[in-house]
Amino acid sequence: MVTKNANNIPLVIEDLTVAYREEPVLWDVDLTVPQGALMAIVGPNGAGKSTLIKAALDLVDKAAGRVTIYGKPYAEQRQMVAYVPQRGSVDWDFPTNALDVVTMGRYGRLGWIKRPTKSDRQIAYESLVKVGMESFAQRQISQLSGGQQQRVFLARALAQDAQLYIMDEPFQGVDATTEKAIITVLKDLQANGRTVLVVHHDLETVPEYFDHVLLLNVKAIASGRVDEVFTPENLRATYGSRVDALIRQGVEA
Amino acid sequence: MNGFDLSLIFLDYTIRNVVLGALVLGIVSGTLSAFAVLRKQSLLGDTMSHAALPGVIIAFLITGVRAPLPLLIGAMIAGWIGTLIMRLITAETRIKQDSAQGLVLSVFFGFGMALLSWVTRQPGAEHSGLDNFLFGQAAATVAEDVQTMAMVGILVLMLIVVFWKEFKLISFDMQYAKTLGLRVGLMDVLLTTLIVVAVVVGLQMVGVVLMSAMIVAPGVAARQWTNRLGVMIGLSAMFGAAAGVTGALVSSTALNMPTGPVIVLAISAIVVVSLLFAPERGVIWEHIRQLRRRGVLHAQIARQRLITDSKRPAISSQPANQPVAQPIPVQSGGSANAKGVLKP
Repeated sequence: MVTKNANNIPLVIEDLTVAYREEPVLWDVDLTVPQGALMAIVGPNGAGKSTLIKAALDLVDKAAGRVTIYGKPYAEQRQMVAYVPQRGSVDWDFPTNALDVVTMGRYGRLGWIKRPTKSDRQIAYESLVKVGMESFAQRQISQLSGGQQQRVFLARALAQDAQLYIMDEPFQGVDATTEKAIITVLKDLQANGRTVLVVHHDLETVPEYFDHVLLLNVKAIASGRVDEVFTPENLRATYGSRVDALIRQGVEA
Repeated sequence: MNGFDLSLIFLDYTIRNVVLGALVLGIVSGTLSAFAVLRKQSLLGDTMSHAALPGVIIAFLITGVRAPLPLLIGAMIAGWIGTLIMRLITAETRIKQDSAQGLVLSVFFGFGMALLSWVTRQPGAEHSGLDNFLFGQAAATVAEDVQTMAMVGILVLMLIVVFWKEFKLISFDMQYAKTLGLRVGLMDVLLTTLIVVAVVVGLQMVGVVLMSAMIVAPGVAARQWTNRLGVMIGLSAMFGAAAGVTGALVSSTALNMPTGPVIVLAISAIVVVSLLFAPERGVIWEHIRQLRRRGVLHAQIARQRLITDSKRPAISSQPANQPVAQPIPVQSGGSANAKGVLKP
């Protein structure tokens, strides 16, 4: 993929293939995430949605493919990328509080031996405010609800002050308050010129929450603006005919 | 330790070495125990300590002396080879982590035992005391051992201070740490190595069989009392030190017992007390809270019944009971209906 201004494109994935043992999980995926996009990755279970972002972040091994962030390899651009992992990926019975977890978002900028400063803690606190969690700053993290834990993870990424945010299922099993808080943050990030890529599981809310979408089922079926590529034909190609009921319900409109 | 004179600790050469050695051992293993428990690596300590036995014996065979440093280095190398083989097994075969640990532990320990019994049957007196590595013998600790342990201990603690935030983050969220650009692979190897070092430091006093207790128990006990990592590590070190000193003193003075079992009994007592009585996380408080919640719930139900009862006009004493009794027949009738519908 040759582009004129590769330095302005937050994320370009080329020919990405990932396999567990002999089974291909992702096959020759190309993806361009344009500047300022709010992009959802959707697809059926086992389509490789989480694997795609983990491969982009060097968290799983690639069999083939290249990932560039603003025109340079990811390894050189880590500071520009913030990752929000799935809530279930850690043990929340770790002895620490919400503010401390959010402060971890600053660790990448500190360098060896250095401890977080007052201003790091201030940034962490402001990030908690953005997700509506400031009153839980001193709360032990295992005593937070699932939605609150999700917001703490989101705040931790905000504390990184990155250009590109990559989130793995942030809406999975959260309460209405959290869902609203996350949406507000996403729109806020977009308004500030940031780019957001979100693994999403709820087809119905795609047109409402996002302006770009990638339809993925091991291969990239289609990607682009929601009003252009989020069509019944593409959905059928992604999910098979099982999706027909869903399409009738809302997407068609 | 009835009538034990405290000043003996500082006057008597043997007892001073024993106490200082046990103190260092307890602090080092206690500190790393906190990380091992949080990283769910506590069984690694078990594998490491058993795997270290052949390393100790081979180091003795090569050097011909029972000097602490070569033996510890031998234990380290054997422990590392054990870890390496474990990783190879889980990566290259379909055997899972727990089975791989079991395999490495038993094969290495069996080999070590075979070597040990062969060595002790050889003529000469140099090998005497090698079998102390099985269950530990605090009384055999000499000043040279204590110096070695203390140097290793200070190095370990310094590394933890230097890499505090890295160790904390990889213990909580390894993948996120990697996306931040922290040298996760290096930090993982370093922290695991420090856990192996903690195991090795305690081998002579506690023994290969029971050293794993010092990698599991202090961390488990400390987690009960606090929700802060720094405090947890401090407590863990304190518990380890207390158990170490108690065990070493008891075994080297009164009864001349192997040290390992006594230390394990001491740390086990701390664990039991912590599991039962720690505020918030302790089993007993948990039970009391549960009972209280149930009490509140029962009171609410009773109040609700009173309200519904009082709202019904009491025409006679007989129907007054009915509102309370009514829901039960309705419910059972409902479920019976459901069954009836489902069956055909």
